[in-house]
Amino acid sequence: MTPPPDATPALEFREVAKSFTLHLRGGARLPVIAGASLSVHPGECVVLGGPSGAGKSSLLKMAYGNYRCERGAILVRDGAERVDVVRAPPRRVLALRRSVISYVSQFLRVIPRVGAREVVAAAGREGGLTPDRAAARAAELLARLNLPERLWDLPPATFSGGEQQRVNIARGLIADRPLLLLDEPTASLDARNRAVVVELIRAKQAAGTALLGIFHDSDVREAVATRVVDVAGFRERHAA
Amino acid sequence: MTAPRQADPGYNFAYLDEGTKRMIRRAILKAVAIPGYQVPFASREMPMPYGWGTGGVQVTAAILGRADVLKVIDQGSDDTTNAVSIRAFFARTAGVAVTTRTADATVIQTRHRIPEAPLHAGQVLVYQVPIPEPLRFLEPRETETRQLHALAEYGLMHVKLYEDIARHGHIATTYAYPVEVAGRYVMDPSPTPKFDNPKMDDCPALQLFGAGREKRIYAVPPHTRVRSLDFEDHPFRVQRFARPCALCGAGDVYLDEVLLDDAGGRMFVCSDTDHCEGRRQAAGDAR
Amino acid sequence: MTEPLLRVRGLTKHYGPRLGCAEVSFDLDPGEVLAVVGESGSGKSTLLSLVATELAPDSGSVGYRMRDGVTRDLAALGEAERRALLRTDWGFIRQDAALGLRMAVSAGGNVGERLMGKGDRHYGRIRGTALDWLAKVEIAPDRIDDPPSRFSGGMRQRLQIARNLVTEPRLVLMDEPTSGLDVSVQARLLDLIRGLVAELGLAVVIVTHDLAVARLLSHRILVMRAGRVIETGLTDQVLDDPAEPYTQLLVSSVLAA
Repeated sequence: MTPPPDATPALEFREVAKSFTLHLRGGARLPVIAGASLSVHPGECVVLGGPSGAGKSSLLKMAYGNYRCERGAILVRDGAERVDVVRAPPRRVLALRRSVISYVSQFLRVIPRVGAREVVAAAGREGGLTPDRAAARAAELLARLNLPERLWDLPPATFSGGEQQRVNIARGLIADRPLLLLDEPTASLDARNRAVVVELIRAKQAAGTALLGIFHDSDVREAVATRVVDVAGFRERHAA
Repeated sequence: MTAPRQADPGYNFAYLDEGTKRMIRRAILKAVAIPGYQVPFASREMPMPYGWGTGGVQVTAAILGRADVLKVIDQGSDDTTNAVSIRAFFARTAGVAVTTRTADATVIQTRHRIPEAPLHAGQVLVYQVPIPEPLRFLEPRETETRQLHALAEYGLMHVKLYEDIARHGHIATTYAYPVEVAGRYVMDPSPTPKFDNPKMDDCPALQLFGAGREKRIYAVPPHTRVRSLDFEDHPFRVQRFARPCALCGAGDVYLDEVLLDDAGGRMFVCSDTDHCEGRRQAAGDAR
Repeated sequence: MTEPLLRVRGLTKHYGPRLGCAEVSFDLDPGEVLAVVGESGSGKSTLLSLVATELAPDSGSVGYRMRDGVTRDLAALGEAERRALLRTDWGFIRQDAALGLRMAVSAGGNVGERLMGKGDRHYGRIRGTALDWLAKVEIAPDRIDDPPSRFSGGMRQRLQIARNLVTEPRLVLMDEPTSGLDVSVQARLLDLIRGLVAELGLAVVIVTHDLAVARLLSHRILVMRAGRVIETGLTDQVLDDPAEPYTQLLVSSVLAA
């Protein structure tokens, strides 16, 4: 499934490089990734491969504007415009997060006192759904992800890891944004719920969403990937 | 009325020296020019303690002329200690004529009442004022209350009335009830009962207010609009008495409760003793 | 691009020879929440006082887009205009509720004051609005006639919020609104603030030393040290990938932000 060559990718990394400078450890420099170039088109699910510590997660975070990027450009398509996340002012990045990029991490950052269904519905409203639509879709997603209905109105802070993760997935998937970043969303799920997530991801793909993800489980990876990119190739090249 | 007599030659006319009286008159003129505005003045030590009318006495001393006829009332009465002493003070230091008859007086110094008989043009009513700042109980900072007056920010004054209604179901402030003068400054009418507030509005007499300890003078010139603050749904109302004066039968006046014995016997009589006597006399004459 | 709501340029303030803050500039859009973080003495409270026009800067300016769409230099406003702006279109939530409330006036009177200040003269409506706002900040209606001196710390802060928001301001300044409160009380208050800010589309400048507060509430962050802004950007970016040595230290010094 090769996209037509003239189509603008939903996300494009161009020669992206990132390192951390650890000032608390005498300014030690920790290279993460270098020369990373890759594109994700609508309807594609690109999976990042490679050993842990290779910088897969950092790439996702840079695309979301959560991590800074040292060199290169990260272009996100917003309608007819292409925005370089690396250079965009904070407000522009926030606008992209509202209308273009969804990001599902491994962990739910819980908000005190807000119930699970409301956590999910709020994400839907932020993503442009009407309050009614957001509420309905939140219930639908939580049901599909097998979260017991008695938990829906409780704050997720007290949930198990797997339950929190399902709330988090529902939260990340509720809005219809054209670009979806997935950072090990199935990490703490059982087989039944992994299968549900695979179905949800495929549905997004079929609807034309561009997906870029990291999946630890090989069965999930194989089920959703249209292409696997090995991040191990994006390393700093030292002079021989 | 007691006729004018020779003033005690040991004192300057009306006790204060001429320089001080000029200073106070300048403050009065400014106060008249800016109705309701509190004008600071260099209050003097008087031969009486604060709280006994040192502010009013200084204003009276500054405006008194030899031809004036002075009346002094305290809670409406001409014969309480305070009223008698101040009257005697001016009779001795200024030698002016004194009276208890409201209609005959040209200068009336008062504590806590406005006479029942309508005042007329040419008369001056001098109020003794303990705390001139109407916003003081809610805003202790003088710098801030001055700002509030300067900018006519009087929301706070309504907070006080709000608190009244919230606590008592109605505006329970019955004295020192705040008024807006000439559509501009909010003013404390001194601890007169709110029953008297309507008398301040469009009054033909000049009303002067003196606060000795707080060193402030303010004024309401004749025929000035004086409006009592209120809410649309809790309009200003004066208190009504269930029965008329037990002595003169007046029904439209402010009454004092007088205890008669240890058995709880009591009666309600006119607070304005001159008004009451006048009515009783007229009734006697008619008989 | 429309003008920002608040435009701060080069704010500098010395206290004698000591620097309060230097050359601070930022823009704030409607609905945007900006956190100012740093340790005590970093100049963040001075900055807030300058923005609030409670202090006069040695140099620099604060511009505000008034409701008529015209951006005005606050230093050039007349006193009456400035004060009217502060008590209708702005709010200021203070760390010490006793400075932000009238402790001897009932909760209803505290909330109603701004309404009466702008000329409302109908007791029933003022009280009704006060009740609505007490409900929004989760204060039981039967506490409306109690003075805040009888309230807990968390309730006082919530009352302060109601008192400030009753005139539907567009900009709210907050100075450590949750510090000094128990953790559970803090969480409730933060959640309340978060909800109201989103619901009302408020622009907020919040000064805090608590990075968790900054993360939960703000879109953007200014990190201050020794009177200067040393790092700024998206809140999660600055907290998750801090660039400056001091910010790294600050982030690594908290247990979990």
